[in-house]
Amino acid sequence: MLEPRRQKLVDIALSSRVKSSAAAISRTRILGRLRFGDLLFRHLTRAAAILVLIILSGVIIALIRGSLPALQAFGFNFLIEERWNPVTEKFGALAPIYGTLVTSFIAMLIAVPLGLLIALFLTELCPMWLRRPIGIAIELLAGIPSIIYGIWGLFVFAPFLQRTLQPALIDWFDNIPVLSALFEGPPYGIGVLTASLILAIMVLPFVTSTSRDVFEAVPPVLKEAAYGVGCTTWEVVRYVVLPYARVGVIGGVMLSLGRALGETMAVTFVIGNAHKISESILAPGTTISATIANEFTEAVGDLYTSSLIALGLILFVITFIVLAAARYLLLQIEKRVG
Amino acid sequence: MDRYRRRRLRNTIVLTLSIGATAVGLGWLVLILGALVYEGFRGLSLAVFTEMTPPPGADGGLLNPIIGSLMLTILAVAIGTPIGILAGTYMAEYGKYAKLTVVVRFINDILLSAPSIVVGLFVYEILVAPMGHFSGWAGAVALALIVIPVVVRTTEDMLLLVPKELRESATALGMPLAHVIRFVSYGAARAGIITGVLLAIARISGETAPLLFTALNNQFFSTNLNAPISSLPVVIFQFALSPYADWQRLAWIGALIITFAVLALSITARALSAAGKSS
Repeated sequence: MLEPRRQKLVDIALSSRVKSSAAAISRTRILGRLRFGDLLFRHLTRAAAILVLIILSGVIIALIRGSLPALQAFGFNFLIEERWNPVTEKFGALAPIYGTLVTSFIAMLIAVPLGLLIALFLTELCPMWLRRPIGIAIELLAGIPSIIYGIWGLFVFAPFLQRTLQPALIDWFDNIPVLSALFEGPPYGIGVLTASLILAIMVLPFVTSTSRDVFEAVPPVLKEAAYGVGCTTWEVVRYVVLPYARVGVIGGVMLSLGRALGETMAVTFVIGNAHKISESILAPGTTISATIANEFTEAVGDLYTSSLIALGLILFVITFIVLAAARYLLLQIEKRVG
Repeated sequence: MDRYRRRRLRNTIVLTLSIGATAVGLGWLVLILGALVYEGFRGLSLAVFTEMTPPPGADGGLLNPIIGSLMLTILAVAIGTPIGILAGTYMAEYGKYAKLTVVVRFINDILLSAPSIVVGLFVYEILVAPMGHFSGWAGAVALALIVIPVVVRTTEDMLLLVPKELRESATALGMPLAHVIRFVSYGAARAGIITGVLLAIARISGETAPLLFTALNNQFFSTNLNAPISSLPVVIFQFALSPYADWQRLAWIGALIITFAVLALSITARALSAAGKSS
């Protein structure tokens, strides 16, 4: 592949020593062609880079255009109304927004401590030869497609929860004032809690790998100094590693939160798709992405379709803000490290 | 001494918890893969690869979704990879210090984690609604939009790893920049870029949300890209949520096929990038 090209360039170099005019003309022609090729390639790559920007703005414009009818019909009420009635064509986004936020919140509540503990294990405790295999295994969790989590959640995990955890939760918190409302009602198996647990498993690898990376970026000298004055492993992590890695960990957590907010298929399988806000997290609910996935192809009427696109717009805005904040924080870390 | 023991105790508790957390994480992986293998292999037979998706209650296979998924994936990679590699090239080579690069990198990172269902809505708005019908092309474009950010990211990262001395010596020989990039930088970063493409394939082969209202689904065998086309993830979605036992069995088999394809791809990618680093 390289040979003929190199030949050509050598030819050019040699031919420049020949002072005949014909050679000079062919030399300028070849040089001109090379310059043109270079210019073309430069603009081609630049156009591709700009295309990435166009895609993002295209997504935003298309979503706004698509959601205009719904936003005009319902105005600000779209955000604060709970009703979702395809028959009377009255739509409000409160229940899906609530479901999205609650499932992601519970998921992060579980995944963040677990992920931090695994990162602690991988960086401080685990023998060297085991670090790579365990790290890869955790990252494989991130590689499993979300539809697989969905089918597993529906057929294996939800029935399991219905038999074990959910009746137990209902029993335990039966007489405690606030918590009894939170864990109320029959154990359906599917519902907000199940969706949250599945989400937690799904974002766990993201929390783990970003935390591990920022933990590893802590200068060994700092840790060694702490160990040197007699700190235990936990004290080193608590007073040296965590403060040093704080911004990076928060960035990683928000990145994972962005993933959780937009996660679609796994949630669609197990959340139960009920357009209502329940106090109990055992009850079925819905999220923005699950509502779109379930109803979009069956939506009849412009207002219905438009309302679903408006939901998509809301989801995009929320995740955009979270992801942008995450990237900003992680950039700060990169600047400090490198 | 009491204080010392308390510190030791606290340390032991946290370390035990961290071992427990790791066990939980690994345990989940084992549980999911175990259920897949158990449920999937139970129904696996040759018919899965040679017969069409059946109506409820009949025997059949997954031939049409497998073909459809392959077609969509190949098309999406064919559309998305060149764009991704070119954009990544600009960011690492021509425009390394340009403002555009900073902006594109930021936007690309956001696209990388943006909800895929939103991509589906976007393609619905720009392709499906104007054309008036669902189509394989729309599905391929939706998947391509997911390929692009992955490839952009890895291409840029890999090109930035190429030592600048290589480029300098090529430039000193009189090579124009375009040649330097194509024959020197790409050559040195090839393994990394291929890894990126493999990861992108792994990412899209399980994507369901962007296909739901672009490629839709097709119960019959079809390779017509202007019509709705069947794909494994959408068939799994539809069959798993159906009340029919046969369909649910096929959904498990499809899930097994996809998972193993994805895991094989990501392990190959990992091996390739490890080999590239050590050489």
